[in-house]
Amino acid sequence: MRAHEVISQAITDGRDTHGIALVAYVTAGYPSMDAFPAILADACAHADVVEVGIPFSNPIADGGSLQETARAALKAGATMNKIMHTLRELDGTLAAPLLLMGYLNPLLAYGLDRLADDAQAAGVHGVIVPDLPLEALGMAEPLTDAGLATIGMVSPVTSDARLARIVERATGFVYAVTSVGVTGQHRSDQSSIVEYLHKVTSAATIPVCAGFGIRSKQHVDTLRESCDGVIVGSALMEAVGEGRAIGPILQGLR
Amino acid sequence: MTTDTSNLLQQLIDGELPDERGFFGPFGGRFVPETLVPALERFERGAREALKDGAFKTELRQHQETWVGRPTPLMYAPRLSEAWKAQVWLKREDLAHTGAHKINNALGQALIAKRIGAQRVVAETGAGQHGVATAAACARVGLPCIVYMGAKDVERQAPNVVRMRRMGAEVRPVSTGDATLRAAVDEAIRHWVGDPQGTHYILGSAVGPHPFPWIVREFQKVIGVESRRQMLEQAWKLPDIAVACVGGGSNAIGFYHGFLGDAEVELHGAEAGGIGPAVGQHAATMSGGTPGVLHGSRSMLLQDGDGQVSDTQSVSAGLDYPAIGPEHALLAHVGRVHYHAVRDHDAIAALDELCRLEGILPAVEPAHALALARRLCEGRDDPTVLVNVCGRGDKDMPILTRLAEEGNT
Repeated sequence: MRAHEVISQAITDGRDTHGIALVAYVTAGYPSMDAFPAILADACAHADVVEVGIPFSNPIADGGSLQETARAALKAGATMNKIMHTLRELDGTLAAPLLLMGYLNPLLAYGLDRLADDAQAAGVHGVIVPDLPLEALGMAEPLTDAGLATIGMVSPVTSDARLARIVERATGFVYAVTSVGVTGQHRSDQSSIVEYLHKVTSAATIPVCAGFGIRSKQHVDTLRESCDGVIVGSALMEAVGEGRAIGPILQGLR
Repeated sequence: MTTDTSNLLQQLIDGELPDERGFFGPFGGRFVPETLVPALERFERGAREALKDGAFKTELRQHQETWVGRPTPLMYAPRLSEAWKAQVWLKREDLAHTGAHKINNALGQALIAKRIGAQRVVAETGAGQHGVATAAACARVGLPCIVYMGAKDVERQAPNVVRMRRMGAEVRPVSTGDATLRAAVDEAIRHWVGDPQGTHYILGSAVGPHPFPWIVREFQKVIGVESRRQMLEQAWKLPDIAVACVGGGSNAIGFYHGFLGDAEVELHGAEAGGIGPAVGQHAATMSGGTPGVLHGSRSMLLQDGDGQVSDTQSVSAGLDYPAIGPEHALLAHVGRVHYHAVRDHDAIAALDELCRLEGILPAVEPAHALALARRLCEGRDDPTVLVNVCGRGDKDMPILTRLAEEGNT
């Protein structure tokens, strides 16, 4: 099974077992590189897929919570080299497949060919790059050639024509941003979200996961029938910031 | 990606760049969250239609003539010429309404924002000149305006904060990150990501995702077009050397465009050399940067080996930015424009020289260009040099007062 198929399968299995798959986001190196492996293991034990966030100095799609974790992780010395080294050491010990979630510039600095090689060696199955839109996806060729999932992102303002092209190119799953805005913000118009998710799932042949602003079981329940999985990030990282374990939060979500 | 640099320059001169994906050769593009793509496409469509529309062009020209005060003068500087042993000409963008070239772009984009039905405008500002220009343009066309400004800049450019608020703009200080222009851009983009349909983001420099570098250039080209015509009318020749300051590079890109096809005109850019060449002490992107992606486009960028954006430092808030417009990156790549770092103290000395010899207080941004121009004149035989004085220094009074108090000038 190629890496992107592992991701699709994990989402499908999570949905079939629990009614909805759970994708957890954790910022690599937050609150410290030492604490990160245990937090990652905790996330993997309670989620179907885990996104490992690569901290970036200018994360324009992130709200306050995730910005703060990125800043703290960088201050604590998190680098791509250290993160990949940690993941390589943890490979085989984690209960869920991993994705890297990172802005383009740190990934380019690391080198996409090198990333393709190292990702496979470290048990990473794909990438989410929020500032790499459809038109620039060609740049991700070294990753797609290696069979890694390149998660396609769509938003409520994406046109139907664009949506069709994005879901056609996406592998792993389609990331349906549920609110127009940065991460961590919740918008309450549920009926339009359900309608939008229906449009995305109808267009996609791979699983669809909804993300941005999902914080409670109540949010998850409203999305349960409309998509294959949900992505939770800001709520988890806020808990880490307060010194709380994320396992119980993830358990409580589904 | 082509390596044929002469071909790229010709394409640029012929108006064929940026290409349809917003690239100037290897630089530019549109690296943004999916949420922003429809807004950028709508803006690009609106801008292309507007720039072809005779009625829009007439309206823009009327605003430029009666409100902005265009054409701005080209001035011979006799005492500076004597001091530099050169023929020194100054393009007086400081005499444009609101005191800087920024009004050219802010006015143009505000008119397009109105045309495409935006409900409000958001902007970022460093020195405050773009914020003031946007606040003024929004007042003129009748759009609400929110301006993000680094908390550090709010302090060092206090007079412009008052001006913006007086013109009805809401100024939001940003204390995250480095609390300067880069943090303000981050925050303005975040605001826009949250309301891409109702908001138009008037980006103030020739940076950011396509179509901003292109549209900002189009609205700033007036500086170069006027300068070239005025040089021929008044000096009866083109300059040997033409100099502008570059942060993001909006005044410079418009200025250069008048002369790109004139191979005999040497084009130079003055970057913020800050207090020294060490990382974090300057904002000289071309001198100390490497290719990277920030704020939606690929260009030259001050960054570490991990792709994290470096902190910057400059006496000039308007140049205090770690990236530069992608078209500048191309112009350096093809060797058409030469970029040089100018230290803070050299810029302040040049500012004082212009004050004392010509009675003009320039902003600290173009003071960098003046310092470079003087350096470039050394050892040449009576060169004709043209400097774009892109803004006036009234807004820099808090900085100049502080420097005077510290005994630095």
